[in-house]
Amino acid sequence: MSDPKVVTGNAQPAKKAATGAYTPANVSPSRRARHKYTVRLWAVRNSRFLEWFYNRFADLFLTLHPLWNALGYNRVERPVTFIERHVKGFLFDCRMCGQCALSSTGMSCPMNCPKQLRNGPCGGVRANGHCEVEPDMPCVWVQAWKGSQNMVKGDAIMNVQKPVNQSLRETSSWLRVTAEAAARRDAARKETQR
Amino acid sequence: MSPDINPLDPSAPLDPLPGHTSRGRLERVLRRGEFAVTAELNPPDSANPQDVYERAAIFDGWVDGINAVDASGANCHMSSVGICALLTRMGYAPIMQIACRDKNRIAIQGDVLGASAMGVQNIMCLTGDGVQAGDQPGAKPVFDLDCMSLLETVRIMRDNSKFLSGRKLTTPPQVFLGAAINPFAPPYDFRPYRLAKKIEAGAQFVQSQYCFDVPMFREYMKKVRDLGLHEKCFILVGVGPMASAKTARWIRSNVPGIHIPDSVIKRLEGAQDQKEEGKQLCIDIINEVKEIEGVSGVHVMAYRQEEYVAEIVHESGVLKGRRPWKPETTPTDALVAERLEHLREGVEENQQQMAEAAAHHPH
Ligand code: SF4
Repeated sequence: MSDPKVVTGNAQPAKKAATGAYTPANVSPSRRARHKYTVRLWAVRNSRFLEWFYNRFADLFLTLHPLWNALGYNRVERPVTFIERHVKGFLFDCRMCGQCALSSTGMSCPMNCPKQLRNGPCGGVRANGHCEVEPDMPCVWVQAWKGSQNMVKGDAIMNVQKPVNQSLRETSSWLRVTAEAAARRDAARKETQR
Repeated sequence: MSPDINPLDPSAPLDPLPGHTSRGRLERVLRRGEFAVTAELNPPDSANPQDVYERAAIFDGWVDGINAVDASGANCHMSSVGICALLTRMGYAPIMQIACRDKNRIAIQGDVLGASAMGVQNIMCLTGDGVQAGDQPGAKPVFDLDCMSLLETVRIMRDNSKFLSGRKLTTPPQVFLGAAINPFAPPYDFRPYRLAKKIEAGAQFVQSQYCFDVPMFREYMKKVRDLGLHEKCFILVGVGPMASAKTARWIRSNVPGIHIPDSVIKRLEGAQDQKEEGKQLCIDIINEVKEIEGVSGVHVMAYRQEEYVAEIVHESGVLKGRRPWKPETTPTDALVAERLEHLREGVEENQQQMAEAAAHHPH
């Protein structure tokens, strides 16, 4: 007997809806209907490169802080969010939670976990490393553990993450991280001048 | 009478002890270094309190804590809060499970306060199975917190007297915090670190998923000891009898997260009486795991075979002659009974005589 559950994956919301399961059109984590997990898995395999790249990128964003400030963080929020959604959406199947944890989760987006766990795998992971809820999807956290092994700061996976702040959904975490880093830098500078 | 009882009122919390975060029996047993036994109550599909009491009575005198499951397997049953309210009234020591699947952080924090006010001393923080596993797959999965942030939330409520938002609590919930572990699911090498994370978040005791693969569990415990985690947290191993080889097969392919090796199924299949063999297997596993360094107790999950828990605990001899708490009569009970008897006789009272008697009572 073949397991009928195998076809009711995240990638097939219509079939899933036919089983009576809750499949909202617009809400994470069942929003998207991508059929393959190839890109997501590529990102995990190349987590070290992506970590390096992101560090350069974050530095660049921080150097641009005066520009963001001049334009106003609120004004750039929309275009940056648009770009962030598409870039990260393509690479990681990002759900725009607005508080990116990719650096601590081996470049595997935890919001793709049907239980949206941000602190490690649940107890239901299948023996083949696939998800309990979506049998056709590799468990996000098995991937996260693999990805974190390659990363320089992979130990960040041991940090206990705070619960998601739902009011930050659909906002740019790039800008938030930059603004926070800039504030920290300015505070440190003031400290040394005194 | 067992030492862990409030002499005035069996349903009231025990006296606080230094170094204890809760005022319950389970924490005392574990901290004294005794081998603890916990069991799982099969939650009724009814609104009759008697159903809960009957199911709890099976464990009388054999266990140190009773898990009140929170819709385990995403199947609807009486809530864990309700079961705990009933059990604490009778003096039982329930371990209230909270699953993140059904409630958001607002509801959960409220329940923690309510439970603690009712006398619940142990809270176990779980993520919960996905809704697809249960009888109502169309339900909206909540998963607002995860087990880790839930642990941390309750710990903050207890230790800092604060809600997650920072608002102050006037009386914090004094609870002993538990979590679940599953050493038998991938990613295997992450599992011990995940326990470390849970301890950091606030776990003081953990109960494991069904253990059928002792060598695998040994391996896990070795890593746990290397990390020094067994000294920071009490580890209870989940065990349970299998009714038959068929059930074992079914569970293996349908219940995520339960790992049953072929050897177990073969042993069950080869037996004359599979039920008896399942029980014996469970006892054998207990006898093996209790010797592993760092194991502080067992958690017996005998779903629909609750009547065997006493036998399993007895035959494995883990209690070493100790008798866990069971409902006992207290001195006050005798007074109440006497008074009731008096009332039932229906004699008419003469107030003057009564006042006279009361005034001349020797003190
Ligand atoms: S198996 Fe992995 S992806 Fe699936 S719910 Fe559990 S942790 Fe999330």
